Amino acid sequence: MRLKLNIWRQKKDEKKGCFESYEIANLSPDMSFLELLDQLNEQLVQQKKTPVAFDHDCREGICGSCSLVINGNPHGPHKGSAACQLHLRSFKDQEEIWVEPFRATAFPVIQDLIVNREALDRIIQVGGYVSVNTGSAPEAHSTPVEKAKADEAFSNAACIGCGACVAVCKNASASLFVAAKLSHLALLPQGQAERKNRTLKMVKQMEREGFGSCTNTGACSRACPKEISIHSIARMNREYFKSLLS
Amino acid sequence: MKLSSHVPSGPLEQKWDRHCFELPLINPANKRKYQIIVVGTGLAGASASASLAELGYQVKTFCIQDSPRRAHSIAAQGGINAAKNYPGDGDSVRRLFYDTVKGGDFRSREANVYRLAQISGQIIDQCVAQGVPFAREYGGLLANRSFGGAQVSRTFYARGQTGQQLLIGAYSALMRQVDKGGVKLFPRHEMMDLVVSEGQAVGITTRHLLTGEVKSHFAHAVILATGGYGNIFYLSTNAIHSNVSASWRCHKKGAFFANPCFTQIHPTCIPRSGNYQSKLTLLSESLRNDGRVWVPKKAKDSRLPKDIPEEQRDYYLERIYPGFGNLVPRDLASRQAKFQVDAGLGVGSTGEAVYLDFTEAMNRLGKKSLSEKYGNLFQMYEKITGENPYKTPMRIYPAVHYTMGGLWVDYNLESTVKGLFILGEANFSDHGANRLGASALMQGLADGYFIIPSTITSHLAGCLPVSEEKKHISLRESEKESEERLQNIMQIKGSKTAGDFHRRLGNIMWNQVGMIRNKTGLEKAIEEIQNLREEFWKELYIPGEQSNKNAELEKAMRIADFLELGELMAQDALEREESCGSHFREEYQSAEQEAIRDDENFCHVSIWENKQNEKTWNLHKENLDFKEVPLSVRSYK
Repeated sequence: MRLKLNIWRQKKDEKKGCFESYEIANLSPDMSFLELLDQLNEQLVQQKKTPVAFDHDCREGICGSCSLVINGNPHGPHKGSAACQLHLRSFKDQEEIWVEPFRATAFPVIQDLIVNREALDRIIQVGGYVSVNTGSAPEAHSTPVEKAKADEAFSNAACIGCGACVAVCKNASASLFVAAKLSHLALLPQGQAERKNRTLKMVKQMEREGFGSCTNTGACSRACPKEISIHSIARMNREYFKSLLS
Repeated sequence: MKLSSHVPSGPLEQKWDRHCFELPLINPANKRKYQIIVVGTGLAGASASASLAELGYQVKTFCIQDSPRRAHSIAAQGGINAAKNYPGDGDSVRRLFYDTVKGGDFRSREANVYRLAQISGQIIDQCVAQGVPFAREYGGLLANRSFGGAQVSRTFYARGQTGQQLLIGAYSALMRQVDKGGVKLFPRHEMMDLVVSEGQAVGITTRHLLTGEVKSHFAHAVILATGGYGNIFYLSTNAIHSNVSASWRCHKKGAFFANPCFTQIHPTCIPRSGNYQSKLTLLSESLRNDGRVWVPKKAKDSRLPKDIPEEQRDYYLERIYPGFGNLVPRDLASRQAKFQVDAGLGVGSTGEAVYLDFTEAMNRLGKKSLSEKYGNLFQMYEKITGENPYKTPMRIYPAVHYTMGGLWVDYNLESTVKGLFILGEANFSDHGANRLGASALMQGLADGYFIIPSTITSHLAGCLPVSEEKKHISLRESEKESEERLQNIMQIKGSKTAGDFHRRLGNIMWNQVGMIRNKTGLEKAIEEIQNLREEFWKELYIPGEQSNKNAELEKAMRIADFLELGELMAQDALEREESCGSHFREEYQSAEQEAIRDDENFCHVSIWENKQNEKTWNLHKENLDFKEVPLSVRSYK
């Protein structure tokens, strides 16, 4: 296979960047998309040029490091997978591909395809937890949890914190990310004591970080590598109003 | 140097309680005067950071990722063991202890393993209280499944993402402390050096991965929770950035390295497909609960699996180990797969794979129930290979996954450098020569949540809360030393990339220090690694500058350390003239290709001391005493 890549290049500490084009040949369709970038970088290094900087680590769709928009889609064309789980068999020979970083006011570009996503950590920091000190937990079986609820909590807890929901959203809203964490903990008995406070704090922090509001387009759920449902956002809104009123 | 494990006296069951009582306490008002550095934010590091900050210490936490939530513990799939005996199938603390000692092929420290089993239940309580969504039964209680090396169901799980869910629990506890001001977080920082002053760890030096800034950080104690070194094999299931450098820098500063050759090769991974491959992907061994491993009876049988009739298949694990069947420990399952492939019975286009077949489970449980248990694993397999495991058997092959070896620690998890503590996969203590499935998560969290918060006082109580200024000189010296190392490596200006050296080192390691080892191969490996290292320091090329994000420089620094560790691993494997657990020496096997252990000469931990400024090592030994689980031939037949 042979592909033409247009990759966003932006130097550190510079406000602007641009696309640069690279031709790359002798590719196998079984290669992963990040292996394609590896191969390109190996070529660039041999030509004494600066390789493309991108975040990556586990390469199996769970660490959430990937922050690539491929042909306009965060993480690429497939539903329910991260960029590292994309293989070249999804592209046609000779195809032209556009690669950009996740873009949002709250995710400033650091260099090339690397963005700063610390805003997401700060949202968790203000309340995305159950306050239980080590050693003070009751016996695990003391509180049964309805299986359906536990499963739904899991589906929300599956968020990998990549920020694709933000990158795809026309408002650059982090609603799906925040809603997933709020749903995870609101669905479990362990999360009840701090439920209201958590909701108010996390929503406030989301606004403070410069993320936009949700207008129910639903693009976030489609882009989410863990396919977290937009219903969670409805739950977040309900939780928020309940917290305000009570 | 006389090594003491500081295992408390008294009956095994009472050692830990008694030790906790005897450990000195630090008054709550004094705790905030102590600064503690934690390197790494996986299960061990995040849980330690959170727990120590809750107690009132000032914690500084470092990780190489952009967020602490991305540490490699996140990739663990299958589950976490605990001796809760919820299913009532005969489990107990003693049985978990027994299984772990036996599974480790009698090369771990009994007292440490017993403590691990004792703490295991509390870990589950803690995680459930944090909101970790473990799998549950319809009655609302926690579900369990069985794992390799055990005949009871004691593994708690959250679909195939247990590591992720546990890490999010520990990460959220950590972030809560960041909010409270108890933890200061340093993401995108790589540890370059351990600062030692008057024989004590007093801090670390780091490089900021975006700006290149080299800076020292002071602390009264340093905790390393930086994981294992499986990436030395180039292809492994480890995340791309997992590396040995933090441990290796400590090793160079006086921390002894224990059993470096004990490397776990995981039996159920997706086989490699081409030379471009950057890593291998593991599929949880929980799949072996319902999947059956087989190869065709006839060599080089190129028929599709569905066309091979039942009587022409060899379910070799069920045949050789009728007692445990497909659930034998990892080392045995991996080695048997290699034996099949070496005998020409391998399947798939490369011939380097065996089948893992779910047909029987599909008939027994139905697709729905199978997908509830393994849905995401099947999906993951399909994404990578393009094949549907509900319809055709998976192809699997062993891959490097975990390292049981690591920095030597005593019962307090303190290394041979005073004030330097090692947690999780980075230490050596609990898994002996082979780790059982679902025990890594247990150990990481036991070390971080429950052991270090108690044992760290053994060091802190004896050291005055001195201020940073007192250690000023050693901190500056370490910065200077690190900057020089960076300059030296940038100045080589050869023509070969770091990745090129990594691949070549990986080949040497996999072929000669991998699943099966022998004297000639190991001697050859040592020579080849020495030559490769020499070439590296002459021929390496790194583009760009030190003062920027420079992935090639990061890679090169890590490979420089792997090139030293590789030699030590080969030397350790050469010196251990026996087969035990993951360490299989061709010379020491029975007629049935089973490992022959030599308890008379090798019932010890091999502990390597790096000679100052030299690339040679002194060997020390910690003799292992098996009082509670009598030494026996490990049999799963």
